[in-house]
Amino acid sequence: MTTTTAPTTTAPALARRRVLAGRPWTLYLALLLTAWFAVSALWPHLLAPDDPLALHLDSALAPPGVHHLLGTDEAGRDLYSRIVHGTAPALAIGVGASLVSLALALVLGGLAALAVRPVAAAVDRVVEVLFSFPSLLLALLLVALLGQSALTEAVAVGVGTAPGYARMVRGQILATRGSPYVEAAVTLGHSRRRILRRHVLPNAVRPLVAVFALSVGQSIVWASSLSFLGLGVAPPSSEWGALLDAGRLYLTHAWWLTIVPGLVIIVLALTATTLGTHLQASLERNDR
Amino acid sequence: MTLTSSAENPPGAAAPHPALDAGLEIAPPSRRAGWIARRVAGRVAGAVVVLWGAATVAFLAQVALPGDRATIIFNTRAGQPIERTAQELAAVNAQYGLQHPVLVQYLDYLRGLLHGDLGRSYQQYRPVAGILGEQVGSTVVLTLSAIALAWVVMVVWVTLTAGRGPRASAFGTAVDTVTAALPHYWLGILLLLVLAQRLRWFPVISDGGPAGLVLPALTLAVPLAGFMGQATRTEFERALEQPFVVSARTRGSSDLGVRLRHVLRHSALPAVTLSGWALGATISGAVVVESVFTRRGIGSVLVTAVNSQDLPIVTGVVVLVAALYVVANLVVDLVHHLLDPRLEAS
Repeated sequence: MTTTTAPTTTAPALARRRVLAGRPWTLYLALLLTAWFAVSALWPHLLAPDDPLALHLDSALAPPGVHHLLGTDEAGRDLYSRIVHGTAPALAIGVGASLVSLALALVLGGLAALAVRPVAAAVDRVVEVLFSFPSLLLALLLVALLGQSALTEAVAVGVGTAPGYARMVRGQILATRGSPYVEAAVTLGHSRRRILRRHVLPNAVRPLVAVFALSVGQSIVWASSLSFLGLGVAPPSSEWGALLDAGRLYLTHAWWLTIVPGLVIIVLALTATTLGTHLQASLERNDR
Repeated sequence: MTLTSSAENPPGAAAPHPALDAGLEIAPPSRRAGWIARRVAGRVAGAVVVLWGAATVAFLAQVALPGDRATIIFNTRAGQPIERTAQELAAVNAQYGLQHPVLVQYLDYLRGLLHGDLGRSYQQYRPVAGILGEQVGSTVVLTLSAIALAWVVMVVWVTLTAGRGPRASAFGTAVDTVTAALPHYWLGILLLLVLAQRLRWFPVISDGGPAGLVLPALTLAVPLAGFMGQATRTEFERALEQPFVVSARTRGSSDLGVRLRHVLRHSALPAVTLSGWALGATISGAVVVESVFTRRGIGSVLVTAVNSQDLPIVTGVVVLVAALYVVANLVVDLVHHLLDPRLEAS
């Protein structure tokens, strides 16, 4: 199943890029939101001076309003403060998972494209097998093996999303290796090692910068799905997935406890997608 | 998708298929049958390798669980760690065949799989195949209806909005991008709160009935439709500019007719390819959606099993889903060739 147009994670990214590239306002909005998320992660007290774990039992389960911008939970803790303070752990899981995912993808994809034939074919098969497991299923398998924790969550999501990226890296390296400038380098008599280091690897790795941005957003969505199933970081952490998990209990009378953290995750994912597609577009412009 | 090449052309038209216009050669029926048979054989061989790999991963995962397996099985059953006597452990070892070397266990596991034996649950004292067999029907119904619904939504949406000027196109794409990014749990809860709890149009808990299927299927279908829409829209707008569209219009076809009968066929290919992949992604989503709507299915069994580290069930689901994925991709590959005979020339 490696032939024909293999669906990889890049297909939608390419489609999105076409749309977003022409419109800088989406980029400005994404940059603004990135700044917001960055400040939330690094200096949460600037944006939410109140203690995110402070209890106000008299105002428990208050809907979004003047006193509590986004409402409160069952113990009267302010949801806005918790979301701001939960940014750092949520981003840490997203970034950690993406690092795991892309590192694995580079190793597997690189071996599948460049190793000697039997090794490459074997690695190719392994990637193919892993690709046949849906990401969430692979992640769940790892959670079953390793138990629940933030670290497991990052590793599980990273491994779960790696096969798709590995196929992409492999395709990228093969495409680069067949390109005219590599042929030219071969004709000029450069050594294999030099061609690999000077031409193939840089050109194959550069698009990964954009993919990394996409991947952080996707990873946070996957991680929050694990948390939603009660298999991620456990409450009372303010990590976004943990907020979702805790809010589920009060779904029928306090919708904001699940809808709002979910919305924040969607906004972050869309921000990451927009940044990634713009990065990709600008990298390609530089190539020309 | 009953679009055949005869539907593309009025009777007596000279060019039977755009592929021929492009000067590509299509094999005569006898050669074509042989070609397809060889192609299918190759695909099936590839599928068997993938399944074998999936089974190996599943076996390794069971071996890799840290600690003595017999003790783990006892603790999983009791729900708490208790010291066991050597006799008790020996009984479990014999029941699960754990006294044999790992290689023998591996071969036994593979032999079992060939007979449809996925192992025994640590917790439920029952064969995994039986447990999953009771649940898989519900999940398959959900996934297939979701994919079908996604196709309907996507085709209607793209046909209505693609190639209608920059504004409509931009709006259509924005909707595609946003819907594709919606996590299943979020959309599911939103639909649940608004359509089931507030408006009471659908039951809150998804039982076996068709009314209970609507919201879960819709939850899975909307992001998938957005995802496939992104791929289809690009192709759709490209196909709208092809000469055969102009030619169809000069023959007097209506705009909608051209879109449905000519353009759609050409632009559906990326989405068909995605559908095989989508089956896996949709099963991921089904795990979450079954949890949101308290619907029975392998997803809910899986979550319980992960929680209690009942690994044979987890690996059983993994093998089962890998098998479904492999079969789906075989089907997709065949549909691909039916839709686009040009592939044979390559």
